[in-house]
Amino acid sequence: MKPFKTIKSIAAPLDKVNVDTDQIIPKQFLKLIQKTGFGQYLFYDWRFTKDGLPKEDFILNNLKYRDSKILLTRDNFGCGSSREHAAWALLEFGFLVVISPSFADIFYNNCFKNGILPIKLENKKIESLFRTDSEIEVNLENQTITTPNETITFEIDGHRKKTLLEGLDDISITLQHEEKISQYEKSRIIY
Amino acid sequence: MNITEKILARAAGKTSISPDDVVFVNVDKVMVHDVSGPGVIAVFEKLKKKGMKIEKLWDASKVWVAEDHFVPSADMVSAQNIVLLSEFTKQFGISKHFKYGMGQYGICHTLSHEEAMVLPGEVYVGGDSHTNTTGALGAFAAGLGHTDIAYVLLNGKIWFKVPKTLYFKLNGKLPNHVMAKDFILKIIGDIGTDGAAYKTIQFGGNGISEMSIEERLTLTNMTTEAGAKSGIIEPDQKTRDYLDIRGAIKYDEVHSDIDAQYEEIYEYEASELEPIVAKPFSPENIAEARDLTTTALDKAYIGSCTGAKYEDLQAVARILKGRHVKIRTEILPAAISIFRKAMDEGLIKIFMDAGAVVGPPTCGACCGAHMGVLAKDEVCISTTNRNFPGRMGHVESKTYLASPLVVAASAVNGKITDPRDLK
Repeated sequence: MKPFKTIKSIAAPLDKVNVDTDQIIPKQFLKLIQKTGFGQYLFYDWRFTKDGLPKEDFILNNLKYRDSKILLTRDNFGCGSSREHAAWALLEFGFLVVISPSFADIFYNNCFKNGILPIKLENKKIESLFRTDSEIEVNLENQTITTPNETITFEIDGHRKKTLLEGLDDISITLQHEEKISQYEKSRIIY
Repeated sequence: MNITEKILARAAGKTSISPDDVVFVNVDKVMVHDVSGPGVIAVFEKLKKKGMKIEKLWDASKVWVAEDHFVPSADMVSAQNIVLLSEFTKQFGISKHFKYGMGQYGICHTLSHEEAMVLPGEVYVGGDSHTNTTGALGAFAAGLGHTDIAYVLLNGKIWFKVPKTLYFKLNGKLPNHVMAKDFILKIIGDIGTDGAAYKTIQFGGNGISEMSIEERLTLTNMTTEAGAKSGIIEPDQKTRDYLDIRGAIKYDEVHSDIDAQYEEIYEYEASELEPIVAKPFSPENIAEARDLTTTALDKAYIGSCTGAKYEDLQAVARILKGRHVKIRTEILPAAISIFRKAMDEGLIKIFMDAGAVVGPPTCGACCGAHMGVLAKDEVCISTTNRNFPGRMGHVESKTYLASPLVVAASAVNGKITDPRDLK
């Protein structure tokens, strides 16, 4: 996982509640066995017509948001199936931050495992971001989102903040202690 | 403490915990299937590329594997995934691999109870969002993403934030025309698809004591659609009897303390519940079946971990016996053991006499994978659990979710039908 740096980008506004993982990455793309190749299928049915042409009215097909690294959305983002492919697809498409009033639990966890920062913000602050049409800056170290008009602070668990900033994943962290673990295993009395 | 807190406390080696505490718990059982398995393998491959040695799992005897989403192999890629899964279980010495077409096989959540893979008081995690299902046996059961599952496979532990518990009390026995599916759809309609986000839903009351284990499993199964971390029901004599005939007799039950705390308690009167249908495109978009009788249908689908257990098929047979279906009707029992029982008890004959097609166990069209997916504009009534756009096929198809009784009655009429109104 890459260490999480300060992100400066326009936020793509996806003005929908209850966006489920079937919409984020449709079922027909779950069969790929590698961890890459999902970005091109992100929001597939919303982005493309049945002939595979971009739908002009979908927000991510607007050139202005094409290189956006921040996704701004509504309540209960990532609900439905637990497929981690949803986080993989968002990341590969270029999103490093998702801002929403609330997330579905499994999706929220999956974000951290893949270097995506999910930010929970109260609705009033979300509204203000939806009205902002210029670059914003997300600083994880300071836990701030800075727009031309204001600086918004956000909460995040300390351990998760550290792992994102340092680009550590849980498995690597535990295995850093491999020697101690095997010493412990050896010293344990077997009943 | 309530049952969930007590299970997590025990697994964390603590005497007391409270909601929102973060605990590191020992896991008792882990499950992956033909979508999450290859996902976990992909995570392992990435770790190996980074130089990590992965030679053994924490405890292969606690891991079990099901093949259910894209079986029978939908195409060459899914066939490849099944091969990959077999190589994986062979490499790591996982003996509990329910191979499709070899003895017992079926949908993972169905096997979890049919085969008593998970026991009361255990901490069980699975690479699928409907892992919540097995909480009906009195276990803590929760779905995880692929990376988290990979972590558990290597370390046997995982951290959880202790969820707050919403307690749903059912007073009285459900009327004959109402099923657990109606009750859970009503709850989701009332609290919304994020009404239980990060929380546990516990069911209790004398209405639950009256309910069979399979019906209880329908309740916990769809706690997922309310956003719940887990769903749970305290074990009782019915749980013990259910497990006993499946050869599971040794386990440590956990029960809530008398002074257990719940974030909120909701009460429902069984006698007031009605047959419910969730309209497109969300499980919370509910209406009474009797208010939708003009809705014409193209297809009825009876399948999935939610709605193709043995008693679900019995309910369908009650309706279809001596009648004919007016629309395409597909019935896919959730495990081959259920299929066999339905065959032995004459249910399959009833289905075929009614004109329905009977298929093999698979997640199939429930997740839009294959075996009965929907075309553009097709309208389906289904015993499954989700009706998001495109969930069962084309983005412009429509799925109505309902109980096996309502789906079967609707199959006979070709329109949404309350089972009481069937001639």
